[in-house]
Amino acid sequence: MDTLLQQLINGLTLGAVYALVALGYTMVYGIIGLINFAHGEVVMIGTMVAFTVIVSLAGSGMPPLLILGIGLLVSVVVCMVLGWALERVAYRPLRGAPRLTPLITAIGMSMVLQNVAMIIWGRNYITFPPMIEKHIYTVGGATFTNVQMAIVSLAALVMLGLIYLVHRTRIGMAMRATAQNPQVAMLMGVDINRVIAMAFIIGSALGAVAGCMVGSYYEIAHYQMGFMLGLKAFTAAVLGGIGNLAGAMAGGLLLGVIEALGAGYIGQLTGDFLGSHYQDIFAFIVLIVVLMFRPSGLFGEREGDRA
Amino acid sequence: MNDQVKKALPWQRHWLGVLLIAAVLVAVPFIAALGGQAWVRIANFAILYIFLALGLNIVVGYAGLLDLGYVAFYAVGAYVYALLASPHFGLHLPFWVILPLGAAIACMFGMLLGAPTLKLRGDYLAIVTLGFGEIIRIFLNNLNAPINVTNGAQGITLIDPIRIGDFSFAETSVIFGVELSGPQKYYFLLVALAILVIMVNVRLQDSRIGRAWQAIREDEVAAKACGINTRNIKLLAFAMGASFGGIAGGVFSAMQGFVSPESFSLMESITILAMVVLGGMGHIPGVILGAILLTALPEVLRYGIEPLQDAIFGRSIVDPESLRMLIFGLAMVLVMRFRPAGLWPSSQRRRELAESEK
Repeated sequence: MDTLLQQLINGLTLGAVYALVALGYTMVYGIIGLINFAHGEVVMIGTMVAFTVIVSLAGSGMPPLLILGIGLLVSVVVCMVLGWALERVAYRPLRGAPRLTPLITAIGMSMVLQNVAMIIWGRNYITFPPMIEKHIYTVGGATFTNVQMAIVSLAALVMLGLIYLVHRTRIGMAMRATAQNPQVAMLMGVDINRVIAMAFIIGSALGAVAGCMVGSYYEIAHYQMGFMLGLKAFTAAVLGGIGNLAGAMAGGLLLGVIEALGAGYIGQLTGDFLGSHYQDIFAFIVLIVVLMFRPSGLFGEREGDRA
Repeated sequence: MNDQVKKALPWQRHWLGVLLIAAVLVAVPFIAALGGQAWVRIANFAILYIFLALGLNIVVGYAGLLDLGYVAFYAVGAYVYALLASPHFGLHLPFWVILPLGAAIACMFGMLLGAPTLKLRGDYLAIVTLGFGEIIRIFLNNLNAPINVTNGAQGITLIDPIRIGDFSFAETSVIFGVELSGPQKYYFLLVALAILVIMVNVRLQDSRIGRAWQAIREDEVAAKACGINTRNIKLLAFAMGASFGGIAGGVFSAMQGFVSPESFSLMESITILAMVVLGGMGHIPGVILGAILLTALPEVLRYGIEPLQDAIFGRSIVDPESLRMLIFGLAMVLVMRFRPAGLWPSSQRRRELAESEK
């Protein structure tokens, strides 16, 4: 029982991070139908920038929470600029090109970002300085830390903010309109280019927040960390129905929980035949099974074949 | 006279070109050997990638099914060869048993994955194949306990080279007075295989099946309405692509003498896909060009960057390895930016693009 609760808590933490990254994928996909393969790399850059800021401020005598806040803020701003630049350089010139073309530029950009990160931050693992003093709480046999609590609540806050933005503001309305039908939205006076750029910028900002969370949760960072994280988050987005904001959130949380439970119980289930290093396959097995029965994801709208 | 020319087969019409290509193909391993056997190996990999890219071209280029896990089939073929021809299980079957077997098993995996998932639309299929590729890799990485099947991350070593009777492809031998090294012999084997796969591709392109694939790629609903059994035809594309991947994997295993899960990462799938797209999807010469460029470019950069940095700055200021991949990534972005249909698209595709821009 306590394992169950424990894994649920761990899964929720991880899931909150996945959800934030998944939102970045899903926003872009929902609006221009593009898989932004470089998004994982944006998250990685976010982590790295936060790391640099935190390390350089660590000796300044400021309160740790303030340092963390500054690190988060700087990384969000850097990632926003990066997301905007990415769209301008790699995607906008290719609008209207064959569908696979932007996929290749995305892959190219993620290679560029990865290697730039490697040149700047080196090829070794970086230890993230712990800024929050860790408290461990025990509830019903399961333990969780204040870091985990902070991650989950910050993620919830950010997601609420996003929902507000998309459903209650002008730019949000423009985004929804563009997602439904770009041509008509344009005729109604929506500046499509601005909307698309905004989707990238907001998605990247969410990614930066997620990156800082990963950094402070695992306390390490690496220039290749964006890859697997991005892959899982993308899986989460597809799981929930890509293009669907609520779906991405639910998909992220679900994926985190499934992974944690899977890793915790796989040994028991298979009679110790398969061990917990199979953690990574759960994401993909669940994905394949879900898509077999619900081809548009759990919450995706059923799209008929276009005639 | 004119009629005769028209009736002649393509290779009869362009006999000069064919002769020239043949001469170049024969000359390559000897010219490359001047720079060391490493260059012959690079040439071999270029051909292996041509092989893989053309296999994937069937799936992506012809049938329009975005497969991001193609490397899984390559891995299956490689491991089938490795397990059946190495001291790991003490089995040493001859290659002409294993290569077809590897192709068959890879094909089976292709059907296994394709059957339930091929009804998915574009990007969903992409992510499912991607997931499948990762699952295969993770299994290869971890199937060393409790029963040691794949030997985990260490991989399998001492794999038998391809051997016909006493003629081994791993050693240097003299044939008709010409001394051929191991890699050079593999080169000719690979060229033969590549010609085979090119012929299959060419023959398929305008066959009934090829046309069915293109119809599905352009509009699945319309294709279905025309009486094409879309499910089976898609499955066929998938299985065929997978079989080619399996054969390529087997040859890779034999050539390297060593396999490990590391060779079959997602990056590998993506590189092969990039070859197809960068060269010109669905266009055989384009795909070949893409495969050669994407294999050669990193190698040329590997040998070029360090001396260049030394010449300009007097020392290496940036890690050459990362600079190499950075330039590689940039090149991919730039090519797609200025030639969205690929470097060498088919004339038909170029027309379509020009039309849609109007």
